[in-house]
Amino acid sequence: MHLHKYEKIWLTLGLGSLALFLLIIGFAAFWKGTHPQSHIETIDPQNVEAYEAFKPENLGVREVADGKYIVNMVASAFNYDFGTDIDEKAVKTIRIPKDSTVLYQITSKDVVHGFQVAGTNVNMMVEPGHISRYETVMKNTGTFTVVCNEYCGVGHHQMYGTVEVYE
Amino acid sequence: MSKNYLLFSKQESRLYMAFMHVTFASLLIGGLMGLLQTLVRSGKFTLPFGIDYYTLLTVHGVILGLVFTTFFIIGFQNSLMGKTVGISDKQRKAAWLAFWIMLIGTAMAAVTILVGQASVLYTFYAPLRAHPAFYIGLTFVVVGSWIAAFVNFRQLYVWKKAHKGEKSPLLAFMVVINMIMWFIATLGLAATVIVQFIPWSLGYAETINVLLSRTLFWYFGHPLVYFWLLPAYMAWYAIIPKIIGGKIFSDSLARLAFILFLMFSIPVGLHHQLTEPGIDPTWKFIQVILTFMVIIPSLMTAFSLFATFEAAGRKKGFTSLFGWFKKLPWKDVRFLAPFIGMLAFIPGGAGGIINASYQMNALVHNTIWITGHFHLTVATTVVLTFFGITYWLVPHLTGRRLTPKLNKLGIIQAFVWTLGMAIMSGSMHIQGLIGGPRRSSFSEYAGGEQVATWLNYQLAQAVGGTILFIGIILMVYIFIQLSFFAPRGVEEFPIADEEEDAEKSPKILENWYLWIAITIALILFAYTIPMFDIMRHSPPGSVPFDWPIGR
Repeated sequence: MHLHKYEKIWLTLGLGSLALFLLIIGFAAFWKGTHPQSHIETIDPQNVEAYEAFKPENLGVREVADGKYIVNMVASAFNYDFGTDIDEKAVKTIRIPKDSTVLYQITSKDVVHGFQVAGTNVNMMVEPGHISRYETVMKNTGTFTVVCNEYCGVGHHQMYGTVEVYE
Repeated sequence: MSKNYLLFSKQESRLYMAFMHVTFASLLIGGLMGLLQTLVRSGKFTLPFGIDYYTLLTVHGVILGLVFTTFFIIGFQNSLMGKTVGISDKQRKAAWLAFWIMLIGTAMAAVTILVGQASVLYTFYAPLRAHPAFYIGLTFVVVGSWIAAFVNFRQLYVWKKAHKGEKSPLLAFMVVINMIMWFIATLGLAATVIVQFIPWSLGYAETINVLLSRTLFWYFGHPLVYFWLLPAYMAWYAIIPKIIGGKIFSDSLARLAFILFLMFSIPVGLHHQLTEPGIDPTWKFIQVILTFMVIIPSLMTAFSLFATFEAAGRKKGFTSLFGWFKKLPWKDVRFLAPFIGMLAFIPGGAGGIINASYQMNALVHNTIWITGHFHLTVATTVVLTFFGITYWLVPHLTGRRLTPKLNKLGIIQAFVWTLGMAIMSGSMHIQGLIGGPRRSSFSEYAGGEQVATWLNYQLAQAVGGTILFIGIILMVYIFIQLSFFAPRGVEEFPIADEEEDAEKSPKILENWYLWIAITIALILFAYTIPMFDIMRHSPPGSVPFDWPIGR
């Protein structure tokens, strides 16, 4: 089959940039370890409390080491359970000091949800039967809206929270 | 007289027009839903009679994503087959059967959605449970489309038997590629709907494997977008050259591009599931690489299109570097609308590369950037090309003419569409980059600066959506004119020829067994291990949930 000379140049340039591009994302993935979340860890969606991290008393933010935090959460239609404060009131805002390493852990008790800390790379699907995890460093201060970004029913747009990163 | 000016028989035209009527009725309904959605999201408007936003959203997605596209594509492709290889009485009756089964399925699904029993959006992710009639309706639509596919296969087979040793007409070849892809892809949809959803929605199965259903859905969901795109490519490769007074750039290159699309459209669905917790990252990455392979036929297409334009211009005597560009028939809507579509595919394709980029996906996944993306690709590139086809196909079928006045109206329509989409899709892209979610009704969330910024872009989307709806009304008006009122005459069915001295296409391009075998091998390679993993690491299944969708 005949290829025009210009077409050969065009395709060579295109394929060359494609190969370079794949090398870059491959390098970022397998050498730098930047993967989207994938832990393949399962849980019984009807009994998430049986899992240590999702027991009601363990929900919310906890400092586990100097500058290291874990945030445990349970999603259900149409709410994020971030645990309760000392007055037994539901926590709606997670407060984290700047530059700390945070591991977000979340699972769903019912349908599929999303968990995105808008304006950051923390963006996960939350599916019944699976545990979603993402570790990141919160480098910027500010108030970030947490949105459920997968349709979960009539109250989907009322499912939100806040992450506050302070100095 | 050339076949291009020879009208179809009455019976044949009626079949193809039936598909067009459903297409444009869907466009009007789906477009109205889209308008209402953008208005609701602007925060300045509330739906009357307690209508739920998500019911509208489901109607919009199902009727435009599945019904509008599928009916147009099957109608258009059938007309291409009729024109190039012919249709027998028996085949025509089977095609009618396909039409009616698809229509009954559509009606079932539509009624179920409208009475609020299936507000599950067009992706119907488990464990949200719609009424069984929704899933059964969808099954009918798919089964109907299979009949249409097998009619097309049979048409080419019969033609080949009567024309031993000849290569198949290019357009017939392309239609068959697209329908093979559609058939292989919809097997995944059929598997999840028939084996998982229907028994579970009827209560025969207590639980459903959520991740498996999503993976089967996306096994279908990505080739679905190529099923929309390839008919536009058919027009670009084999129709547009005729409209601009040129020839097909290269028959074999066009066939090769379609074969590559067949191979690399299916084993790539995991790139829609990059942020899911239950899939091995290595396999996600492998499918990302396979996804990017479609860049090759896309680049080939871009090259041959512009080469066609240049060759046609130069033949008319334009020698300067870009002189040929000015001489393209800008005032012919049959060219202009698809041309704008081609341009939209440049940012559209680039956005697609971003979406599938393994890590970068986390920034845009499920944000309204994605909605902006497919409103560029499907709702601009594909839809403007479909409109461009409509301007000659419908009058050819009804024995009428595209008058200069309607042509001018079409040009206005194309500009209205472009403006509306630039505003709407543009603001969706920006809002998505700063975290605004898709598929959500109006909400101020917890308030704050971030949310306030999103709301400004949602206002812009309402402006764009309103302009687009004006475009839809214009288009439906033109369609009605071309169907019933335009003056009688013969409109050309513009199929381009090859150059007289064109090189012969290699025989291997029509070796169906080979290409289908490679396609299946690639699918098995990309999906066997991840599927096995998903089933082996299954969590306890999910019981159905009705109340979240208001059932």
